[in-house]
Amino acid sequence: MEALFFWVFAVGMLLSGLSVVINRNPVASALSLVVSMCFLAALFVTLGAFFLATVQVLVYAGAVMVLFLFIIMLLDVKSEEHVRLRWMSFLLGLALAVFFSYELSLVLRGVPQGGATLSSIPQAGGGLLDDTRELGRLLFTKYLLPFQVVGVLLLVATVGVVLLSRKDEGKPGVK
Amino acid sequence: MDITLNHYLFAAGFLFILGLFGVVVRRDLLTVYMSLEMMLNAANLTLVAFSRFNKVLDGQIMVFFIITVAAAEVAVGLALIVALYRARQTTKVTDLTTLKF
Repeated sequence: MEALFFWVFAVGMLLSGLSVVINRNPVASALSLVVSMCFLAALFVTLGAFFLATVQVLVYAGAVMVLFLFIIMLLDVKSEEHVRLRWMSFLLGLALAVFFSYELSLVLRGVPQGGATLSSIPQAGGGLLDDTRELGRLLFTKYLLPFQVVGVLLLVATVGVVLLSRKDEGKPGVK
Repeated sequence: MDITLNHYLFAAGFLFILGLFGVVVRRDLLTVYMSLEMMLNAANLTLVAFSRFNKVLDGQIMVFFIITVAAAEVAVGLALIVALYRARQTTKVTDLTTLKF
């Protein structure tokens, strides 16, 4: 049963990821990316990371992709339908992809498995739906300082975005 | 057939390769940016898989931070793209060749 779920979600994620790359219309690409992220959240669920799956759907598939779609609509990006394929970059990308696949198979052959399968290993939190409590405990004890630093980072990002996206009124030299 | 760690690592690796291919091949800045997000997601998947198979939750904490930083990064990057579009009226990387020598 777990194997079935894994294959369905992984293949779905990769197919919609491929559709992000080969779609010529940016809106279609963005919607495919939403589907891909939802499949990724489902893979997180098969790994027992329920909280992260929720955050993935809320933050990535929700907020980030809405932002992407908003900008695509705002800029009125044309789809690349009349543009010819650039063979040089296509071949370079294909060569990189083949090289990375080969390297991936080489590296992953050396990863020690120890016969561990998804069903034979108990979950880290100890039980179903317990990972949120454990994550919260870790976040506010061991990782308290990084947590606060991330808060400051979000504030800096907010200020930076406001500064970047406002129209300059009567300021010479800045365009 | 049982699912091992390698299955998840292969899935994440192929997602990363797709993102890399998109970054190299696509010419629209926004699509390049979406491919970058896919590469970040692939890294997240490896971290969660390792966290599950090693029975420690620290990997999931790391993914939590990555998601937060990625959200901030997307906001700043998209603001930069909008500023670029205001200055140049384009989002094609082939039109932005001022730094090319």
